[in-house]
Amino acid sequence: MRTANLKEKISLHFEYGAAYLLALIWMLPLIYAFWSAFHPSEYATRFDLLAPLTLDNFREAWSQAPFARYFLNTFLLVSIILLAQFILCTLAAYAFARFEFPGKSIAFALVLIQLMIMPEVLIVENYVTMSQLNLVDSIVGIGLPYMASAFGIFLLRQTFKTIPKELEDAARVEGCSALQILWKVYVPLARPTYVAFGLVSVSYHWNNFLWPLVITNSVTTRPLTVGLAIFGAPESGVDWSIITAGTLLAVAPLLVAFLLFQRQFVQSFMHAGIK
Amino acid sequence: MNQRRSRFQIHGWLLLMPAAIFLIAFTYYPTLATLAKSFFSQGNAIKPSRFVGLENYEFLITDEVFWKVVGNNVIYAATTIPISIALALLMAVWVNGRLPMKSLVRMSFFTPTVLPMIAVANIWLFFYSPDIGLIDQITSSFGIASHNWLGDPDTVLGCIIVITIWKEAGFFMIFYLAALQTLSPELEEAARLEGASRWYYFRRVMFPLLMPTTLFVLINAIINSFKLVDQLFILTKGGPDNASSLLLYYIYEVAFSFLDQAYASTLTVVLLLALAIIAIGQFVFLDKKVHYR
Amino acid sequence: MLTTLKHKAGKLTIAAALGLGMASSASAVDLTMYYPVAVGGPLTKVVDGMVEDFEKANPDINVNAIYAGNYNDARIKALAALKSGEPAQTSVMFSIDIYELIEQGAIVPFDDVVETADEKAWLDGFYPALMENGKTRDKTWGIPFQRSTIVMYYNKDAFRAAGLDPEAPPATWDELVEAGKKLTKKNGDTVEQWGAMIPSTGYPYWMFGALAMQNGQTLMNSEGNETYFDAPATVEALQFWQDLGNKHGIMPTGTVEWATLRQNFLEGKTAMMWHSTGNLTAVKKDASFDFGVAMLPAQKRRGSPTGGGNFYIFEKSTPEERKAAMKLIRFLTEPERTAQWSIETGYLGTRPDAYSTAELTQYVQDFPPAAVARDQLEFATAELSTFQNGRVRKLLDDAIQSVLVGDKTAAEALGSAQKQADRLLKNYR
Repeated sequence: MRTANLKEKISLHFEYGAAYLLALIWMLPLIYAFWSAFHPSEYATRFDLLAPLTLDNFREAWSQAPFARYFLNTFLLVSIILLAQFILCTLAAYAFARFEFPGKSIAFALVLIQLMIMPEVLIVENYVTMSQLNLVDSIVGIGLPYMASAFGIFLLRQTFKTIPKELEDAARVEGCSALQILWKVYVPLARPTYVAFGLVSVSYHWNNFLWPLVITNSVTTRPLTVGLAIFGAPESGVDWSIITAGTLLAVAPLLVAFLLFQRQFVQSFMHAGIK
Repeated sequence: MNQRRSRFQIHGWLLLMPAAIFLIAFTYYPTLATLAKSFFSQGNAIKPSRFVGLENYEFLITDEVFWKVVGNNVIYAATTIPISIALALLMAVWVNGRLPMKSLVRMSFFTPTVLPMIAVANIWLFFYSPDIGLIDQITSSFGIASHNWLGDPDTVLGCIIVITIWKEAGFFMIFYLAALQTLSPELEEAARLEGASRWYYFRRVMFPLLMPTTLFVLINAIINSFKLVDQLFILTKGGPDNASSLLLYYIYEVAFSFLDQAYASTLTVVLLLALAIIAIGQFVFLDKKVHYR
Repeated sequence: MLTTLKHKAGKLTIAAALGLGMASSASAVDLTMYYPVAVGGPLTKVVDGMVEDFEKANPDINVNAIYAGNYNDARIKALAALKSGEPAQTSVMFSIDIYELIEQGAIVPFDDVVETADEKAWLDGFYPALMENGKTRDKTWGIPFQRSTIVMYYNKDAFRAAGLDPEAPPATWDELVEAGKKLTKKNGDTVEQWGAMIPSTGYPYWMFGALAMQNGQTLMNSEGNETYFDAPATVEALQFWQDLGNKHGIMPTGTVEWATLRQNFLEGKTAMMWHSTGNLTAVKKDASFDFGVAMLPAQKRRGSPTGGGNFYIFEKSTPEERKAAMKLIRFLTEPERTAQWSIETGYLGTRPDAYSTAELTQYVQDFPPAAVARDQLEFATAELSTFQNGRVRKLLDDAIQSVLVGDKTAAEALGSAQKQADRLLKNYR
């Protein structure tokens, strides 16, 4: 009994060791980014505890690319997408959760198709559409394919379904229309789902790259990721100090928000995954 | 009564309409247009596009790069999916247990999820650089010869796979964590009292209970194995000799670098087919699971 | 109707959201130009500064200069803008994009825009080797701007340490191998310093153009519809490149990364590197050791392809815009500005008269490496440029890489690349 206990204890310690090692490896890219961004470039690939600290890399990165503009673009982009997603997905989810109409189950299956055929797969054809709509190189153009999110519709539908129908009936008795019921009953009760979906959406689009790369041409529309890719394009010869400084600048808002609201963040993501 | 029901139906459709318009415009229509375009030739200022039947598909079959890219994508999927799911589960169990400093550990597992791939790719480039890179600096201190990680076709795809796993595992961990927290702790205590080892408990109790989550994560992992190509833009551009190229990257290259949208559409059809087959497979599999429960 | 509405709504939202000022004085001409950067250093600042100077000198012309990434990105972005009706009147793009741009009907020849005798004289004032990639069908389509050749950077300290004469860098392939063997330093199995590195990602076909030329073989004809990938001299050249790593052991096997090569050189991990002259100023700034720059070594002859970007004028432009674009291009290629550009970046002065400016004369005197690329122009040839350029280039790139990593023999890889290139190009003959 005792030896078994001891054996288990050792294996447990071994496991913890592995967990910490893995955690360290997972943090390594970020740790390195901090190292190289705050030290002069000759220390970018050499590690010396006595290396002097500097903020020059940030100054240099900031002056080499219009980061302020990229921030604004990304901010506009995620806001526009989020707003549109909330509206479109709420309406559709409400329809699926509480209405009976012919073709409903087929329509729902069709919506779910988008979970599989995500906009990334259709960049070629969507690019053609955007140029026909004259929306190439516009922030709206980056956002359009993502606005009707099957994930959002699905998530909200599941949430709406858990809301007791009596609440809706009570509101109807008071003379509320369908939209008023949606706005006064369903939306407030589904708040956690909105927060969760919002966080997933913001962090997805903050980091999204391929489609924005394809559809943007100029500084006035490029989001941070595309700006960063062009700024750090390896063709120009990698200068890690400046690139990591630029990288930290770009991820700072999301990272700081994440560190501050870690608990809510993780819980929201968990919420989004519960079905 | 009847009138009210039909009004109800109209309301349903009206509510659905805005989302439907977007889905039609940016998912269904482009899917069909892609299919149609794959039967036409690429036009330019000198020669307009014309119907060519299966010519693009004939080219596809003889295109060595295509087959290589498909092979790479199969390897990419076959490795990233199981490894990142297994790691995610392991991470979740750790972080859900009595591990000291577990919130710190949880944070570090989750961090890659909030970092843009395109930004961290440059950092990974440093890790993989021969001689001056981090990996080679560490291995050389053990007297191991330096290796050209990204320049060797035998290791380059592995390097890309590692980054993808790093990026995904923490994200999937969250879903497992959510599921684990719904399991009652008494379950484990009961199993322990009966003398079951941790491994036995995990295999016979926990894992089966987590099946729905595993399926959800699996779908995500499969989609990502077709979608996550951002790192290629910085790290390898698909090289050397297409050893690290993936289907979606090849589509990008053909469409926007070779300006051959007809052939890019043909390649996209292949990608759509693959996704459709997986979707149907999942449907069948999921259905079984549902009946089983 | 819906389309235009959507379009208007979209544009309005954007304009409103971003507070874009649409107003500009009626007489002013607005120019949009895209440009790429493919070497180190803050080149975007240099370009923006020169454009600002131009706007000051020409208050009636507004220039919107957009940095679009690497050469490939710049071409994609400019063509995309043209297709979707966004304005773009002129751009710096890869000199080798010429056939593709002609095929797309995107550019006009400068012969149609040039009017006065003065302008004709200006057109004839560039180095002929640099004009090769800008001319076809007896017309000039591209004006040299950020142009380079490949040169060999070498670490003089490492040469001294290995007992080599730092003032006599290798001038032939044999000398390169010989010196490389002396410069390769090993510690057990670990190589601490390689003899030489030739980058084989990013632009492998470009480096290969140099090796082929040195072996007396060009890679394509001047009509851009025929390649010579499987010529015996081409195969030999690729064999030599592979041998540097596999047989002579002076270069790492596998591919050598274009992007990190400069860092490798600066860290002393390689004693020699082949790279664009466009990196000269960046290397000069960061090198902590004594370094030299030499012409590439010869086998049958010396040789390097020219490289880099040309100015093009787009077909979709009004006569006024074309005139304004001409003004801009002439301004940026004036001898003084060319000299300044060359000093700040390391790129070639594109015209002989740039090298006779006081500034550049002085600079070359103080820093002789700055003249190496120019002196090498005498041996230079056009860079690989054909119809279907993206595909043809990738065929060669893949062939080169497959040989360097040891998957195929030189003859196999190049033979198959030639066959596929023939299939692509036969429609253009």
